[in-house]
Amino acid sequence: MDEDTPLLDELEKGPWPSYVKEIKRMAKKNKAAKDLLGIQELSYKDRVTHWKHGGIVGVTGYGSGVIGRYCDVPEKFPDAAAFHTMRVNHPAGWFYSTKSLRQLCDIWEQYGSGMTNMHGSTGDAILLGTTTDNLQPCFDSLTEAGFDLGGSGSALRTIAGCVGQARCEWSNFDTLKLVYDLTMEFQDEIHRPRWPYKFKIKASGCPNDCVAAIARADFTIIGTWRDTLRIDQNAVRNYVDNGFDIKTLVVDRCPSEALEWDEKNKELKLQADDCVRCMHCINKMTKAIRPGVEGGATILIGGKAPIIKGAYLSWVLVPFMKIEPPYDEIKDLLRKIWDWWDENGRTRERLAELIERIGLKNFLKEMGIPPVPQMVYKPRANPYVYF
Amino acid sequence: MAKTTLGGIEMEIDEDGFIQEPDKWNKEIAEDIAKLESAYPMTEEHWKLVNYLRDYFLKYEIAPPIRMLVKQTGLDLKKIYQLFPGGPAKGACKIAGLPKPTGCV
Repeated sequence: MDEDTPLLDELEKGPWPSYVKEIKRMAKKNKAAKDLLGIQELSYKDRVTHWKHGGIVGVTGYGSGVIGRYCDVPEKFPDAAAFHTMRVNHPAGWFYSTKSLRQLCDIWEQYGSGMTNMHGSTGDAILLGTTTDNLQPCFDSLTEAGFDLGGSGSALRTIAGCVGQARCEWSNFDTLKLVYDLTMEFQDEIHRPRWPYKFKIKASGCPNDCVAAIARADFTIIGTWRDTLRIDQNAVRNYVDNGFDIKTLVVDRCPSEALEWDEKNKELKLQADDCVRCMHCINKMTKAIRPGVEGGATILIGGKAPIIKGAYLSWVLVPFMKIEPPYDEIKDLLRKIWDWWDENGRTRERLAELIERIGLKNFLKEMGIPPVPQMVYKPRANPYVYF
Repeated sequence: MAKTTLGGIEMEIDEDGFIQEPDKWNKEIAEDIAKLESAYPMTEEHWKLVNYLRDYFLKYEIAPPIRMLVKQTGLDLKKIYQLFPGGPAKGACKIAGLPKPTGCV
């Protein structure tokens, strides 16, 4: 490197991966990446960002999917004066063929910096850094290869879900199918921002919640089961006979004390009514305990990171719903929520904030959903705690 | 800040082509921006939206929410994207001479 970047170099030290190392590697063949390093170093030196706020760029017919970024010292860094980000809608569960990944990278090397963020917390494949003139031809190439842009701004964001039944035996519904179906159904809401602010939908197949849907989505779909845990007593005994400390590791840690280990009869007993579906025993004894057979999901609302008000975890709206194509129940509910939020929400007010301002009671009335104890936000561990 | 000729006069614009002096805006300037935004020639419907945005901005010094814009003009969002391929913010607001809408993305 001919550039001197002593402050950035600090970020290369230590055992962990470093984005600086990656940008430096790309800087050898891409001018924008080289200037990006310079901008970053200068920002650290001046202790102020050298990216301007906002920027409105896009592709024909879409209001979202591209995030405009401009450097405030373009004369110093002409090759990264504009450094827009494109969000590419990922396939449900992030299943790519190597061919499509190569295609994506080839397109981005042609039209952009060649640098990607796979994946951002939005779920999308993030293509980092291009110019305004390159946006449309890049988009055209992407669509030709079968890709589409994801959501940004005050739109429905790219819908994301866990890997689900494709690889996981605990998933209580087909997350991939649901994510794909909702994505296709709500193309307009994703591409053309129309609401007070962003709206996110995420789906996890079980309460382990691998995509952290409860913390990151306004509309959270978490798989659960309506019947009871399936316990294979022979497999349980096998664990215990091999030295597994079932009392300390499982029974004592059951948050609702629903499990009991009968030492005499070598049997794990379940008080089914007390089980809150926390997944702990299943996670600890994967070969012996499974979710029930009557799968579905709990619908929760309101999760978000802090901006106007603090962070919210989603809370229960519908304790149990069957999740099966054509998913009309979910779609109708979403449309009803959006309509109410759009009509009543202030600019940049997320759904949770609006509900808090106007009141859950009024929200439920508008939705036509009767209040149930499971909706109580605090204290609450799970919709199956009845009190 | 870059300069360009719009409606026969020299205007300052930002990186995204938004004019920097909204009070200098006139119909000729709007039409010249519309050419760059693939929204030319401007029909009565184009003007309906642009004039609405303009009036709203002069009154409230801010761009209206999308829902209000759709309700008040009677043009649905699909139609707006047909008229202004860049959409209401990048297309219509720019042509109406509004300052760049700020938004978190």
